[in-house]
Amino acid sequence: MSKKHLSIPYAVWMLIFVLIPLVLILFYGFTTRDGAFTMDNILSIAQPEHRKALWLSFLLSFISTAVCLLLSYPLAMILNKMSVNQNSFIVFIFILPMWMNFLLRTMAWQNILERNGILNRILEFFHLPALNLINTPYAIVLGMVYNFLPFMVLPIYNSLIRIDKDVINAAHDLGASNSYTFRKIIFPLTLPGVMSGILMVFIPAMTTFVISDLLGGGKILLIGNVIEQEFKQANNWNLGSGLSLVLMLFIVISMIVDAVCNKDEEERSLW
Amino acid sequence: MKKMIALFLCLTLAAFGFTGCGSDKGGENGEITVYNWGEYIDPEVLTMFEEETGIKVNYEEYETNEIMYPKVKSEAVAYDVIFPSDYMIQKMIEEDMLAELNYDNIPNIKNIGESYLKSSEEFDPGNKYSVPYLWGTVGILYNKTMVDEPIDSWSVLWDEKYSQDILMQDSVRDAFGITLKYLGYSLNSTDKTELEEAKSLLIEQKPLVQAYVIDQVRDKMIGNEAAIGVIYSGEALYCQRENEDLEYVVPKEGSNVWIDSMVIPKNCKNKEGAEAFINYLCEPEIAKMNFEYITYSIPNEPGIELLDQEIQDNKTCFPDEDVLERCETFQYLGTDMEEYYSELWKEVKSQ
Repeated sequence: MSKKHLSIPYAVWMLIFVLIPLVLILFYGFTTRDGAFTMDNILSIAQPEHRKALWLSFLLSFISTAVCLLLSYPLAMILNKMSVNQNSFIVFIFILPMWMNFLLRTMAWQNILERNGILNRILEFFHLPALNLINTPYAIVLGMVYNFLPFMVLPIYNSLIRIDKDVINAAHDLGASNSYTFRKIIFPLTLPGVMSGILMVFIPAMTTFVISDLLGGGKILLIGNVIEQEFKQANNWNLGSGLSLVLMLFIVISMIVDAVCNKDEEERSLW
Repeated sequence: MKKMIALFLCLTLAAFGFTGCGSDKGGENGEITVYNWGEYIDPEVLTMFEEETGIKVNYEEYETNEIMYPKVKSEAVAYDVIFPSDYMIQKMIEEDMLAELNYDNIPNIKNIGESYLKSSEEFDPGNKYSVPYLWGTVGILYNKTMVDEPIDSWSVLWDEKYSQDILMQDSVRDAFGITLKYLGYSLNSTDKTELEEAKSLLIEQKPLVQAYVIDQVRDKMIGNEAAIGVIYSGEALYCQRENEDLEYVVPKEGSNVWIDSMVIPKNCKNKEGAEAFINYLCEPEIAKMNFEYITYSIPNEPGIELLDQEIQDNKTCFPDEDVLERCETFQYLGTDMEEYYSELWKEVKSQ
């Protein structure tokens, strides 16, 4: 008997939990409350407040992704240099917080950054001026970087450990300096890892509404918050779905960019 | 391999069969499905009801009226008792979603205070569909050590002195309701110039606001994070128990009084069971238990008399008549107006 049968449960799963919801979102997105066809929900992204929210989401996720990349690459290289026992311990330490609920970790940041929070108590102890971080865009970026950093470190680390040491040695033998080897050999070889890291940070950052709610104090409206509000408060599923579709479009575009950048690579890491 | 699949299918069928039997059986006197707000009943009450009546209770919870509504509307689950707020009840009555109550099965309606039934008529004329469950006001909770003078007006929410010390409610109707009241209008205003005026005021207020929050007002006020917070009276009592410096006031311009009532949807499966449940929740003893668990005001007069004198005199929970006279309930304003409010709120939030 063929092994095709084994895929049936997955196909059913995909149908029920991926395809049908997607069709529903499409249906709601292109109809009015009365069920008539309309493009208004999609086009409403051009409204000033929606445009502003989308732009702000883009900006904050872009900054967070850049910060994650700058922090992750050196860290991944350090991990790569360590002996096997040490680095697996550090990777473990890195992953450990992810065993806790995402919401709890973000709420913990709220307690740290608050006006009478842990950070300001420490500053006060050293007679330093208090920092007013909570409810600002900085707090949101901090929350994004903290929550999504492992998604950047791991793909880069994975592509680093897969580089054959002989390739690097060969480069050195042929007279390449350390920085030249990095630019011409190591970095290009880790590019697939970098790209998937960027996607894995950028997409959830772009769509988040929890982080901006908890650390932004509801004062900073990201596109995720707009969609959440349409569903949970305004009870306008059609507009919410329309805006979700626009957001999905942006994600698809970023994935296409990634695919184009990576088309020379024989294998795609992780994704 | 085929045998394996056949066996697997048989097992699944059997499993579904069993669960089917399990839920069909219910209690000896049938079962009801209750859909209530989160943390909105003393769980002990459910067990007691099951033991006394033999009716099994399936209990589900929701966070907001807007999350509850589509689930009931779609009739995906047949609920027997739900607990919507005033304006939502009005909307559901207009859409013919609710069943008329048979008061022969709810004799305990006599325990519900006359004034609460009268307020209910604003959204349910003739009290045909709903029995008040809990109620409260919206007001200002402030920290006595952090403000200079006793507060009695919404104007403090626009006072530059308290910049970054103000917590606002992160919900459309509450935020606009407060502002409209402050301007001297009705909180059910549908006049677009009045609403524009309220929007401008809210935009003006935004730089002074520390955060727009819902449930977190509680923790932030208890933790002295802010001096002034807009809050529901029931939450205020909880905060005062945790932090003695907090004081609650319903501003002199008036405010919102809200009522969450018990209703039965038209597609319920066990109407008598549902009415028995509503009747049970109107027992004074049960109302007292729920009050002590939830700290939201009860409309049950004999129930109130069972409480400690100190609580009965507490103006946060049971304000004077004249305070209530200044307050209005929210009304359902129709889809177009809802959308208009939501647009304005987005303009405020995206500033």
